[in-house]
Amino acid sequence: MSFSNPPARRIISTVGHILPALCSVGLLILVWELYARFSGISPTTLPSPSRVLAQAVVHRHALWDNTVPTVRATVLGFSCSLAAAFIFSVLIDFFRRLRRALFPIFIISQTLPLVAIAPLVVLWFGFGLTPKILLVALVTFFPMLVALAQGYEATEEEIELLLASMGAPRWKRFLLARFPAALPHFFAGLRISITYAVVGAIFAEYAGAAQGLGIYILNAKNNFRPDLVLAAVLVSALLTLTLFGASVLVQYAAMPWTRRGRYTLR
Amino acid sequence: MTAPILEMRGIAHRFGGLDVLADISLNIAAGEFVSILGPSGAGKSTILRILTGGQRPDRGEILFEGTTLEASRQPFAFMPQRDALMPWRRVLDNTTLGLEVQGVKRAEARRRVQPLFAEFGLEGFETHYPSELSGGMRQRTALLRTVVQQRPMMLLDEPFGALDALTRFGMQRWLEAMWTHHSWTAILVTHDVREAVALSDRIYVLSPRPARIVHEIEIDLPRPRTVAGPHQPQMTAIENTILELLLHPKEE
Repeated sequence: MSFSNPPARRIISTVGHILPALCSVGLLILVWELYARFSGISPTTLPSPSRVLAQAVVHRHALWDNTVPTVRATVLGFSCSLAAAFIFSVLIDFFRRLRRALFPIFIISQTLPLVAIAPLVVLWFGFGLTPKILLVALVTFFPMLVALAQGYEATEEEIELLLASMGAPRWKRFLLARFPAALPHFFAGLRISITYAVVGAIFAEYAGAAQGLGIYILNAKNNFRPDLVLAAVLVSALLTLTLFGASVLVQYAAMPWTRRGRYTLR
Repeated sequence: MTAPILEMRGIAHRFGGLDVLADISLNIAAGEFVSILGPSGAGKSTILRILTGGQRPDRGEILFEGTTLEASRQPFAFMPQRDALMPWRRVLDNTTLGLEVQGVKRAEARRRVQPLFAEFGLEGFETHYPSELSGGMRQRTALLRTVVQQRPMMLLDEPFGALDALTRFGMQRWLEAMWTHHSWTAILVTHDVREAVALSDRIYVLSPRPARIVHEIEIDLPRPRTVAGPHQPQMTAIENTILELLLHPKEE
């Protein structure tokens, strides 16, 4: 049997590509399962993966009800952060003085320990959605701002000279050259920040919330149910992976020129 | 000689605490192809930047068609070193860039550019991205982007510097044919002596920094010069003269 037809060959190559990852993850879970089963350790200390999965299925409604608020906080918070990062990146690109005035504040905001700031934000803004949005924005704003600002700076100097020679004003040079040149940096930043966003939302809920994966984890821990803690962790991991995958897809759609190969003879 | 279309008189320029240009005076007539030839770092590109308004000269004046060149007027189409193609724009959209900046509608700009693709050897590559083109094709795309701006004069900054030797020679031959056919007005900045002698009607030779013009050579040889012929011994003689000037600049 031969696999000379392209679709079959592509599937084979994809499987070959992810096989090592599947093997290592599978092995890890297998070792965990065997240890939890045969070492005599109590399931209230270390539950086996199969038990975590079974309990996740049993408690799927509760898990789902607590996932929705977390998704909402993540998506809203990250959207706000993205919009703010874009606006500020444009402002500091056009006004250098503003950059020097604002950057210290942004950097200091990154030095605040989340453990200390999360309860305070909850204290000030209550148990609703606002403190979650703020905390998600706090952890994701700066990485996105830096990604965009660096992206603008990565514009090829020759392209800027060319546009200047054509008589393009500053804003036109930004739209035609600096913004598209920043896209690879933007998406690299997006992939990283979106994983922070989920963690940020869960942490905000942990500090105080009516519902959400964070508060679910806290309650499960207080009830000595590490299996449910891990079930919630599994959900949050899946959530992060989904958002990560979505950002990769958006990049794929937004940057078609990176999909075309280098020069090939025709 | 006919009245010059561009005149630079006594241009001097300091940049970053360095005297870059000491005293540059040159002129170009309409339809003329003039090269500025000088060692690396002599300030050749600075001359073009002063013309495109990127930098202001400290002394001297620039006249275009008899009147002082002002920033608002932009009579030059500039082709920067390397090709400066935008990787995110297709070949067609790269070539219309100058027209778009001028405010020409996209459809109209495309309509104007399209007929030129065949002559530039780019037919069938309109919807490709620059990363899919060879070095020579990228350079032709950049030149097409320069030509369609329909400015009175073109400024070419070492356009073939990044190409391999064979591709560069092919591009020079092609460029010579294009110029013989269209007789566009152009300044070519280069450090390639052969290239300058093969393509130019006239050559200004620069000294090392701070640059002044040490020699001006009129090249009155038949075209095409990039093919073998009886003109070649004369070309070699001119090349040798210029090389001596460049390699032993002290005698000036």
